Amino acid sequence: MDNLIIANRSFRSRLMVGTGKFSSNAAMVAAMEGSGCEIVTVALRRVDVDNPHDSILAHIDREKYLLLPNTSGARDADEAVRLARLARAAGCEPWIKLEVTPDPFYLLPDPIETLKAAEILVKDGFVVLPYINADPVLAKRLQEVGTATVMPLGAPIGTNKGVRTRDSIAIIIEQAIVPVVVDAGLGAPSHAAEAMEMGADAVLVNTALAVARDPGPMGAAFRKGVEAGREAYLAGLGRQQDRAEASSPLTGFLHN
Amino acid sequence: MSFQKILAKYDLAEIEARIKAKRPADVETALSTVHPGLDDFMALLSPAAAAYLEPLAQRAHRLTVQRFGKTILMYAPLYLSNECTNGCRYCGFNASNTVPRRTLTMEEIENEARVLFERGFRHLLLVTGEAPKAADTDYLAAAVARLRPLFSSISIEVYPMTEAGYRQVIAAGVDGLTIYQETYDRTLYAEMHPFGKKRDFTFRLGAPEHAAAAGMRRIGIGALLGLGKSRIEAFCTGLHALHLARHYWRTHLTVSFPRMRPADGGFQPLNPVSDRDFVQLICALRLLLPDAGLVLSTRESAQLRDNLLPLGITQMSAGSCTSPGGYAEKDESGRQFVIDDDRTPAEVAAMLRRRGYDPVWKDWDSAFHQ
Repeated sequence: MDNLIIANRSFRSRLMVGTGKFSSNAAMVAAMEGSGCEIVTVALRRVDVDNPHDSILAHIDREKYLLLPNTSGARDADEAVRLARLARAAGCEPWIKLEVTPDPFYLLPDPIETLKAAEILVKDGFVVLPYINADPVLAKRLQEVGTATVMPLGAPIGTNKGVRTRDSIAIIIEQAIVPVVVDAGLGAPSHAAEAMEMGADAVLVNTALAVARDPGPMGAAFRKGVEAGREAYLAGLGRQQDRAEASSPLTGFLHN
Repeated sequence: MSFQKILAKYDLAEIEARIKAKRPADVETALSTVHPGLDDFMALLSPAAAAYLEPLAQRAHRLTVQRFGKTILMYAPLYLSNECTNGCRYCGFNASNTVPRRTLTMEEIENEARVLFERGFRHLLLVTGEAPKAADTDYLAAAVARLRPLFSSISIEVYPMTEAGYRQVIAAGVDGLTIYQETYDRTLYAEMHPFGKKRDFTFRLGAPEHAAAAGMRRIGIGALLGLGKSRIEAFCTGLHALHLARHYWRTHLTVSFPRMRPADGGFQPLNPVSDRDFVQLICALRLLLPDAGLVLSTRESAQLRDNLLPLGITQMSAGSCTSPGGYAEKDESGRQFVIDDDRTPAEVAAMLRRRGYDPVWKDWDSAFHQ
């Protein structure tokens, strides 16, 4: 089985789903079920983790899904660390999707605060999945402090533009020693397939499902995109040919 | 995970079988992919790729020019000591050989270094055997401190050390390490190293990681070609380089391809590497490791070195002498092996310029050490 392994835990699905922006909890659940996902991320600021009847949490079957709380809304490392600790104190597993996004317009992640928070949370025993810009050196700094994955963005959150950071993500995939999850910006199943074809280990999708006319079937469409991309990656894509170039021979001396 | 554990997952016979099973279609795929992986690398090393030597060389050339331009970094080895307690069967310094033994004094070291300085070298490679009493880490550190004012970069090619040992020499001013595994075949390694501290395969294998963890800027690895089967050795070298690049990403890697030369003691290569196979191996490594420095020493002939130049090489030595004291005293007794390209550094530099390459004498600065 070609499972996704994160922090020694195995997942059959390589599609993670976010729970923001859905028009109803029913639509959210339909998207989750359609997608076949096993990891769902929830913004801690949106939920009351102490209340089992919280409107979002009550709809997420914790037997079926790993609840991955995220620190969305945190403006610096201190806020992110505080949120993560609150979630753990409330009984969540010590997994945290680290998001530090001080810029309220594009919600772009702050690399310096993210690295700081990651270091603290890893030492504190958390399994940390950091959301980052597609910065290969930052990815390496994060894996060095012990994050379980890196989650570079394909495009700013909610833009549905696809893998616009393609070249940098390719470098991250080439160099990473932890799973690479392309997060944010994927607006269509073809975008998810593209990321997976490149060798990403998983993708995370939210807006594209939440704003679809029919989130359930869109979840299923993304599942197929992710699976197709993964299978193509494993099967070895046919390569684009280099253009032939006429040049003087370099190995003629071997024939003398 | 250490490279030792990675290597342990591979069965060398299986690597060879997989390489030999590669077909022309696999080679064509590998030649056209943007970032060849390990499977592509096997195809490029395969007998099937021998028919694709010219396109392989063209690709290696283009990649190298794109990444490094037409430049060659010039360096010179300086042998500090040929005393050695190891029994490496292929080496002129083998403790059983009756060559004259010598460890240079600090003054003699400086005399040697001044000759190299006058010839234009600013990148120096200090070489010793393994003789803890004659040339220990303190001796090495003292030599580096003495030479530091003259040279912009000082590398070492000595016995493997612990991380603490590497920290000590880095603090003294060393910025580069060359350490060849000789062979990645544990069984053959044991046969080739019948006695001495070098028998410890695992400690040697871990040395590049120790150095990288200590903060070494540049690390050079390689297998001694002529010992194990060259395709397997090349594959393991590539695997080793990739491992170091992933886990110690601040370190710049170089790879050398020392082909066995006649040495005192008369050891004959077990698996001689032909020029064709040598070219294929260098080009395949370039495709796997576009950013690695590839080093060519004076072990090879002038004619071959000139022809190998455009295939991916980025560093060359010139006018080398492999015995302690050989530069200042012009005495070649007690040498490690016989060099082949005996042109002077000025002659090699002139050849490089004629061929459109810029010989680079200084590409580092001791100010990085402050």
